[in-house]
Amino acid sequence: MKLVIGIVRPERTNDVLEALFRAQIRGFSLSRVQGHGGELERVETYRGTTVKMNLAEKARFEVAVSDEFVQPTIDALCAGGRTGEVGDGKVFVLNLEQAVRIRTGENDSAAVTPINPQDDLEQR
Amino acid sequence: MSGHIDSGATAWMMTATALVLMMTPALGLFYAGLVRSKNTLNTFMMSIAALGVATITWALVGYSLAFDSGDGFVGGGKFFFMNHIGFGAQPGTQIPQLLFFAFEASFCIITAALVSGAVVERMKFSTFLIFMALWSTLIYPVLAHWVWGGGWLQAHGVLDFAGGVPVEMASGFSALAAALAVGARKDYGRQALLPHNVVFVLLGAGLLWFGWFGFNGGSGYSTGHSSILAFTNTLLAPACTLVVWFVLDLLRDQRVTAIGAATAIVVGAVGITPACGYVSPIAAMLLGGLAAIPSYVFITWRTRTRLDESLDVLGAHGLAGLTGILFIGFFAQRSWNGVANGLLHGHPGLLGWQVVAALAGPAYAFVGTFAILKVLNALMPMRVSAIEESIGMDVVDHGEQAYTDGEGAILVAHEGFFDFDRSRRDAD
Repeated sequence: MKLVIGIVRPERTNDVLEALFRAQIRGFSLSRVQGHGGELERVETYRGTTVKMNLAEKARFEVAVSDEFVQPTIDALCAGGRTGEVGDGKVFVLNLEQAVRIRTGENDSAAVTPINPQDDLEQR
Repeated sequence: MSGHIDSGATAWMMTATALVLMMTPALGLFYAGLVRSKNTLNTFMMSIAALGVATITWALVGYSLAFDSGDGFVGGGKFFFMNHIGFGAQPGTQIPQLLFFAFEASFCIITAALVSGAVVERMKFSTFLIFMALWSTLIYPVLAHWVWGGGWLQAHGVLDFAGGVPVEMASGFSALAAALAVGARKDYGRQALLPHNVVFVLLGAGLLWFGWFGFNGGSGYSTGHSSILAFTNTLLAPACTLVVWFVLDLLRDQRVTAIGAATAIVVGAVGITPACGYVSPIAAMLLGGLAAIPSYVFITWRTRTRLDESLDVLGAHGLAGLTGILFIGFFAQRSWNGVANGLLHGHPGLLGWQVVAALAGPAYAFVGTFAILKVLNALMPMRVSAIEESIGMDVVDHGEQAYTDGEGAILVAHEGFFDFDRSRRDAD
């Protein structure tokens, strides 16, 4: 069980989402972050004040997955996020100690395996 | 040339000119709310640009091409470079020529800005400026001449009080041509391209309506009956469009939308624009209600096609303007306008020429705009690159962002940067 963190260009967000859904990865969090990863600084001017925008807007995906989904997740993040220019972002993979699904109290792999809401309804 | 100048009319027309000028930034706000946040400034700037570019082209050549007598197609060069425009009364009015010029300038400005709705989020700003200069020289003045400057449509009795042909249909059908010539946004049809600030859209529509009282109410160049009629009809028609739009929304989805309301205000004001000084108040209310239908149907249909006429200038302005122009042919009433009757009041001939105007105006606007853009396309890049388009036009074309908190921005010290504190210390 791993936590895969992908930091990508905000304008690639939709492509990453598409790639994740294609790979059947349906549980993740997305947040807007600012960061710096060696890309060229953008210069902007406001009423004669010239500034270098040192931080770039990025989108941060956090995906907790069972082991067999780690590589598909990484592949999806890379495929969706890549433009080939400096500033495409990074993927980090961390070990995940424990996961709990709040609704059911399920642990670990069961907790990070997305349920199909339709199946769930039928079980009831 | 030295007719009587009426001070009341002059005072009103100065006010009306300022009201119409405000419609252009109001349109900028309306449009800016409809695009994604990364293109806010670029979209707004396309309207702001008209305040500069179209004013200059109008002063140097446009006004003369529209309002010098010339021939039936286009005006002559008598007023080029603002020659022969002075304090004397404008023929047919009791206001000074200079004021007449300024009022008409504000119309050319907003019309040029309207067209930008078709090409937002992708067209290169520098190319857009050149397009706007050409459009406000070659398209708008010709159509204004046709209906107001002594052109062939006016000679055949076509009625267009405040600009159904040169403003509304011209911008709408030019927008269609521009959307086809520039092409769709790269994400169009692939991603949901959502308006980023619906409050801007509502506020912009409200300010447009406010300005429209000057636009329509000023188009009688007086404080006379037709001006009062136009003014009040500008209140009545959009109100009816708004409520009919609510009903259409309810029928479609059981919910009334805010962007629909903003659109309805614009559609209603557009619909009444050509007709405002010619139809009775109750007919204006009918027109307001009717105008909602073609625009509503078109806008709902258009978004399901590959036609990325992004902000629906054709649906809102082109079609509602067309509805208004045709409506005059049926409902014009001499007892209200003192000029002519339409079909329902016993004069069918008017309708025929209103139909001609509704065909000729859009045809000229479409063909002319398409030709201008095809020529420009051969000379300079029309669009930004796909990568730049995804980064957003604000950063790429303007080096600014609409919404920045300044985090991560580092001040660049310039050579010869003047240090006030230091010079004061040195003096001590």
